Amino acid sequence: MRNSSLFFLYLSAGVFLLGLLLVHASFSTNARQESLDEKSAMVKALRLTDLCLFTEARYTRHLSQADLNTAFQDHPLSLEHFPSGSFTQPPEGITQRHESLD
Amino acid sequence: MRAWIEKQRYIIDFTISSLLRRKVKNFGLLALYTLIVFILASTMFFTYSIKKEASLILKDAPEIVVQKIVAGRHDLFPASYIETIKKIRGVAAVESRLWGYYYDSLVSANYTLLTPPSNGSPTHNVKSSAKTTVVESESGDQQAVDMAKPLFELNGAVLEPETLIIGNGIARLRNIGKGDYMPFLAFDGKVINLKIAGVLSSQSELVSSDLMLITEDDYRKLFGIDKGYVTDLTVAVSNPSEVAMVASKIKKRLPQARPIIRDEILRTYDSIFNWRGGMMIVIFSAAVLAFVIFAWDKASGLSAGERREIGILKAVGWETSDVIQMKFWEGAVVSLTAFFTGVILAYIHVFFTGPMVFEPALKGWSNLYPNFELTPFVNIEQLTTLFFLTVVPYTVATIVPIWKAATIDPDSAMRFTGE
Repeated sequence: MRNSSLFFLYLSAGVFLLGLLLVHASFSTNARQESLDEKSAMVKALRLTDLCLFTEARYTRHLSQADLNTAFQDHPLSLEHFPSGSFTQPPEGITQRHESLD
Repeated sequence: MRAWIEKQRYIIDFTISSLLRRKVKNFGLLALYTLIVFILASTMFFTYSIKKEASLILKDAPEIVVQKIVAGRHDLFPASYIETIKKIRGVAAVESRLWGYYYDSLVSANYTLLTPPSNGSPTHNVKSSAKTTVVESESGDQQAVDMAKPLFELNGAVLEPETLIIGNGIARLRNIGKGDYMPFLAFDGKVINLKIAGVLSSQSELVSSDLMLITEDDYRKLFGIDKGYVTDLTVAVSNPSEVAMVASKIKKRLPQARPIIRDEILRTYDSIFNWRGGMMIVIFSAAVLAFVIFAWDKASGLSAGERREIGILKAVGWETSDVIQMKFWEGAVVSLTAFFTGVILAYIHVFFTGPMVFEPALKGWSNLYPNFELTPFVNIEQLTTLFFLTVVPYTVATIVPIWKAATIDPDSAMRFTGE
């Protein structure tokens, strides 16, 4: 078989597989709707505010409820040291400047 | 048209043979390129899916949560403040929440203890059938709510005094289940044994993995919290457009209070794993740096061998446009192969293997990590972005130096020996 035929065969297989994955994504989203509804219902019933992603510290467990000075919660010079802190950012409201003081 | 197609096919045949002549270099390049696409695509799929899932799950989170802050830290909220907030115009309902953390030294894990809405608020029953959970809210006189009445029901598991319902993550970590007892060390040093009445479903782990639902009395007994205090409050607002206004009024009436509105909660999870933050910027800069090296290598010129090859091709009758087409196809073959392989592997990695590569970093120092399957929120837009981020720059970078080389005289190209 010619090299170009092999290349186009691979390309077609790639496009087909990618299309298949998109179909899988679409079907899975529909199939998991029940599970999403269950989680959403639990959030509503228990009045939860956060996802259980990082349980290592209270401010990473409840990201949206974290103290305003989270990094310094243990002592004034305590820097953020939990690994999950490197994935997340402080809540938007904390980093917003209301007025420039310069 | 047919002649043009045939010509392109011959050029591709030649290009692939040329690539295969430098197997080690080109397979190394392809492997590295695929790895970069894989990392970028995995990061994009994972972060987009978790953000989307968070926005869908948390859309029914409380409209306003009110905390009390003392010296920059959360403090217990006096129940008497509830009346102050209720008097604010626009407030539909105020409910208290009792929740906190318990560190289990046996497994070095943190649990979130929570009392489901009960006394003083409508009883919620979460009756879970095989898979679905239906939330019902009973109306009626709050005074008539019986203190001993089961306040929470799940899969037939009834939350009663001295019992608890645990999240699936805790059950997995401690290897315990319904009917077992869990000891807790109370604030006064006494040990309290609570019987497990049920386990929350594994499907809900993303929100409930570390949850422990216990009754209000048990919670207060465990932490020694007086009846006059709660952890925080949730406020429902009659008109959704007035949420920010009500929050500012709460802040005005209770200067120590910190209201957190639902939009802020959703925004927090929208900015989570943002590309500007921490580890994400490390991943992205590594990928961008690798691309810069690729592009630099290509744009800074050709090797003596490649120049000689171009010289020979021109000497045997190839035109400048043919040489450029050949190099275009070279770039396209490498980048398209890397793109398809990288993206397909990334999809399998994120949605079938439970982000295996990210897991150790995501787990951090926590012993209790939720086992969750992400819903694959993948769309054409993401794939197009990935395509333009990876395939286009590389293909373009290969053409620019070729333009310079292809326009020089074949004789001088063949004579050129420098790198």
